[in-house]
Amino acid sequence: MTAPADKIVVEKLSAFFGKAEVVRSVTATIPALSVTAVIGPSGCGKSTLLRCLNRMHELTPGARVEGSVRLDGRDIQGGDVDPVLLRRRVGMVFQRPNPFPTMSIVDNVSAGLRLNGIRGDHDAAVEQCLRQAALWDEVKDRLKAPAISLSGGQQQRLCIARALAVQPEVLLMDEPTSALDPIATAKVEDLIHELKARYTIVVVTHNLQQAARVSDQTLFMYMGELVEMGPTEQIFTNPRESRTEDYITGKFG
Amino acid sequence: MSPLSRRHAVNATMTVLTGLAVVVALVPLVLLLWLVISKGAAGLSWAFFTHLPTPVGEPGGGIGNALLGTLYLVGLACLVGLPIGVGAGVFLAERGDGRFGSAIRFTAEVLSGVPSIVVGIVAYGLVVVPMRRFSALAGGVALGLLMVPMLARTTEELVRLVPGSLREASLALGVPQWKTSLRVVLRTALGGIVTAVLLAVARAAGETAPLLFTALNNQYWNFAPDQPTASLTVQIYNYAISPYEDWHQKAWTAALVLLLLVGALNLTARFLTRSRLSRGQR
Repeated sequence: MTAPADKIVVEKLSAFFGKAEVVRSVTATIPALSVTAVIGPSGCGKSTLLRCLNRMHELTPGARVEGSVRLDGRDIQGGDVDPVLLRRRVGMVFQRPNPFPTMSIVDNVSAGLRLNGIRGDHDAAVEQCLRQAALWDEVKDRLKAPAISLSGGQQQRLCIARALAVQPEVLLMDEPTSALDPIATAKVEDLIHELKARYTIVVVTHNLQQAARVSDQTLFMYMGELVEMGPTEQIFTNPRESRTEDYITGKFG
Repeated sequence: MSPLSRRHAVNATMTVLTGLAVVVALVPLVLLLWLVISKGAAGLSWAFFTHLPTPVGEPGGGIGNALLGTLYLVGLACLVGLPIGVGAGVFLAERGDGRFGSAIRFTAEVLSGVPSIVVGIVAYGLVVVPMRRFSALAGGVALGLLMVPMLARTTEELVRLVPGSLREASLALGVPQWKTSLRVVLRTALGGIVTAVLLAVARAAGETAPLLFTALNNQYWNFAPDQPTASLTVQIYNYAISPYEDWHQKAWTAALVLLLLVGALNLTARFLTRSRLSRGQR
């Protein structure tokens, strides 16, 4: 396969909570080893779309999906796909830092390995992931300290390190900086830049400037529909749709 | 009287009345403590904790076997009650939203209201009758059954307090549901559950009725689960209903020991809760 291939192909995907259709027939492609931003006003279904990509959506009671999501050409909704194994390939970072409060820093990073019974040199894996998450230098002298003793920004990078430890191919980030201050936000954004060399990243964000800064392509969603998809530069400078233009110029949202 | 001074008068009256209510509520508690301590302290000695009971009239003797028996019974009760109670609580919190869950919740509620002597009768039917003898095991089952509903409800509440974001974090790492429940969610709630267990143990240690016809009593040391076992509470009961003055003295002293044991458990539980809360506030 020649890069950049399409890592994820979403086709006519609709997602429901009970009878409410929050994602409406979205068709999109996500290229490998790139950063894709999903933007749109609150409640437009961007988080739900993200949660369909690793089948976290279906964990909510009453939730269901229609259409297909293909990862490397294979439908992840298929009966032969174990959602547990899928989530090891498609990792996720959440809006609020959520380290395991009973565990130390090092145990948080290795949690995915230990809980999944993956053997190997956990210490080396922990160091590598903390380095990748640009957190190693700040915590290397207190790896046994409780994870909740870290600052919010450090906790979020810890959560990124934790997600990387199970060696996913795709990293989903649901507004990863919305609970962080500007300095911590800048660090996480730098990190996203570095991580795209090895991971396919999809980041949902409320922050248009952030989407412009970090992403290679952008999806604009509105009222559950995908309005426009394209290279980030084109979306921000020369949008085809008037709704996209209205949103990015601040006429609504 | 002006409206303002009338309000002041009402306020003062109500303050005095509610203060009086507090005093009245405290009187029995203080009296109880004072009675037990003043009458029981006289009999305290090292031998009282370590020796076997003696027949009427013979000086000395202690409640060593009853003290150990209570700990033994409570240990057996934990073996029975902990897995069922905590397991049911985790189930209710994680999967208990359906009709089955509400049925279990309702059952636990009803069970926690069942008089303890009825639980004793159930244990009698379940264990004593088939085994054809009174036994520590029967007593442990009775106390364990008493602990189950209490543990189930508190465990459920504590597990529900664990933020959903932690559950999601674990699931997103590709950890299966059951492992997430046990290793992440239950682990996070564990501090509170330990407190709940201590309170349940304290309650079980103070029960008499369920032991009367299950563990019965024993004048000697016993470590066998299939033999009758002494316990502090039943020993106190036997001493108290006897017509002998020195047994009455022993009943008071044994009551003091029981009070200290239960009090220590409650205080530990409180201490744990407080340190957990202050940790959470930081």
